[in-house]
Amino acid sequence: MHGLINRAIQCFVTDSYGADKWVEATRFADLDFVEFEAMLLYDDDITPKLLDAISNILNRPRSDVMEDMGTYLVSHPNVEALRRLLRFGGVTFVEFLHSLDDLPDRARLAVSDLNLPRIELRDHSPTHFSLICESPINGCGHVMMGILRTMADDYGALALLEHTGSGDGIETISVTLVETEFAAGRAFDLGARAQ
Amino acid sequence: MQALDVLCPMHVVLGRTGHVIHAGPTLQKLRPEAAMVGRRFLEIFDLKRPRAITTMDALRAAAGTKLHLQLRDAPKTEVKGLLMPGLGEGQSIVNLSFGISVVDAVSDYSLTSADFAATDLTIEMLYLVEAKSAAMEASRKLNLRLQGAMIAAEEQAFTDTLTGLKNRRAMDHVMARHVDWGTRFGLMQVDLDWFKAVNDTLGHAAGDHVLQTVARIMVEETRDSDTVARVGGDEFVIILPHAKSGEAMEGIGRRIIERLSRPIPFQGEVCKISASIGSAIYDPVSEQTVAEVMDDADVALYASKHGGRGQQTNYTPALRRNTQNLAPPTGRDVEREA
Repeated sequence: MHGLINRAIQCFVTDSYGADKWVEATRFADLDFVEFEAMLLYDDDITPKLLDAISNILNRPRSDVMEDMGTYLVSHPNVEALRRLLRFGGVTFVEFLHSLDDLPDRARLAVSDLNLPRIELRDHSPTHFSLICESPINGCGHVMMGILRTMADDYGALALLEHTGSGDGIETISVTLVETEFAAGRAFDLGARAQ
Repeated sequence: MQALDVLCPMHVVLGRTGHVIHAGPTLQKLRPEAAMVGRRFLEIFDLKRPRAITTMDALRAAAGTKLHLQLRDAPKTEVKGLLMPGLGEGQSIVNLSFGISVVDAVSDYSLTSADFAATDLTIEMLYLVEAKSAAMEASRKLNLRLQGAMIAAEEQAFTDTLTGLKNRRAMDHVMARHVDWGTRFGLMQVDLDWFKAVNDTLGHAAGDHVLQTVARIMVEETRDSDTVARVGGDEFVIILPHAKSGEAMEGIGRRIIERLSRPIPFQGEVCKISASIGSAIYDPVSEQTVAEVMDDADVALYASKHGGRGQQTNYTPALRRNTQNLAPPTGRDVEREA
């Protein structure tokens, strides 16, 4: 698994629960190091072990932890760059949803060895969508739920999300758009480069 | 005009005289205070290349070639342009784009996605610039850390080559890691007794043999999770993670002293040494630093030596008071083997 993903997990735990909890989680997961390097590759089996360890240390279901991670990824000031990159996907929430199909390719443009799970949007009606997420690690769909929930707020849209199941390495999220201009949303300034 | 405003929001339509008849919405946004319509195009823009062109006729003749233009007043944004004959008699259309200056232009003029045609790759380019900068920054940090680690690795070999034990640097590293993790650990300072006599009477080869034997014995008498380090000529430190109390370490210390006190044969001669041990406990809950715990172990070691060698002592505060009465400063450098 790419270091960026493991590093994101590390930042999530450290920023949300403190460095102590992170160290505890790495030890619980039997890692002999505590720092992930964003630009190195790690064994694939490390990540699920780590996620189980975090869920154990925090004493919360893994699905909850993963949804919180999704929320963190697009709302915490320390990872503002990611939210900005996602906002480039579209001017409205619906455009953003459609841009998710391209997300793995966009990610690869920037970091050529970063393989994000494939995502496919199916629109059943102008207000009802299904998001089919490839799920190499159990619970990827929940991370996506957290991201979508927060990005809907970011765009000022009101959307109902439901994790409608997983199987065969696929997780499905149902998205129902109640209102596209529900609130003002967060400003997005193209030129304000996040550092 | 409406079609052009959507397809090419940075276009400008010029009349026969070179005056602006219409400016696309994004282009006009670059100068919100001053309407472009009615002004001469070459007054608004300075034509950088091709250089020779100063008149509208010459500009019209350059139709289809790439124009490098720059706004005459600040911010002097550079743009690329392409002129073609327009729809009306004598009219020209110039389409403009930011080219490489787009990153600055977007922040200078607070442009948004809506200011670019949907087919324009500007948004993708901005995305790439940001994504690449973020990725480069991560790579740069990694390179800096790797460089630091490489220098550190060159400076520090972690192994004592004679005995294969850890060296002082490795010991510092292991202790720092236990402190980071908040692990409680026991610390034993082990000094060999009468080692100098072996070296002096039987030579360095015998001394080296003794040190190697000592190292093997200490490794055999400790757990895999313990760290045995040689930190000086005949000085050793043993770190015992999760040691509960000084008493718990006593068994290990006793066995080490017992085995080291047995004569060590070397090329027909017999080397006789022993060991003095002082131990202390690092407790992450207490305020004590590692350096202070090391010093405690030193005080205990001194008591062992003063008590007649070949014995071990657990640190207690009372010990420190006694030691201060007995001798000047504590620490190993004070007392050397006779």
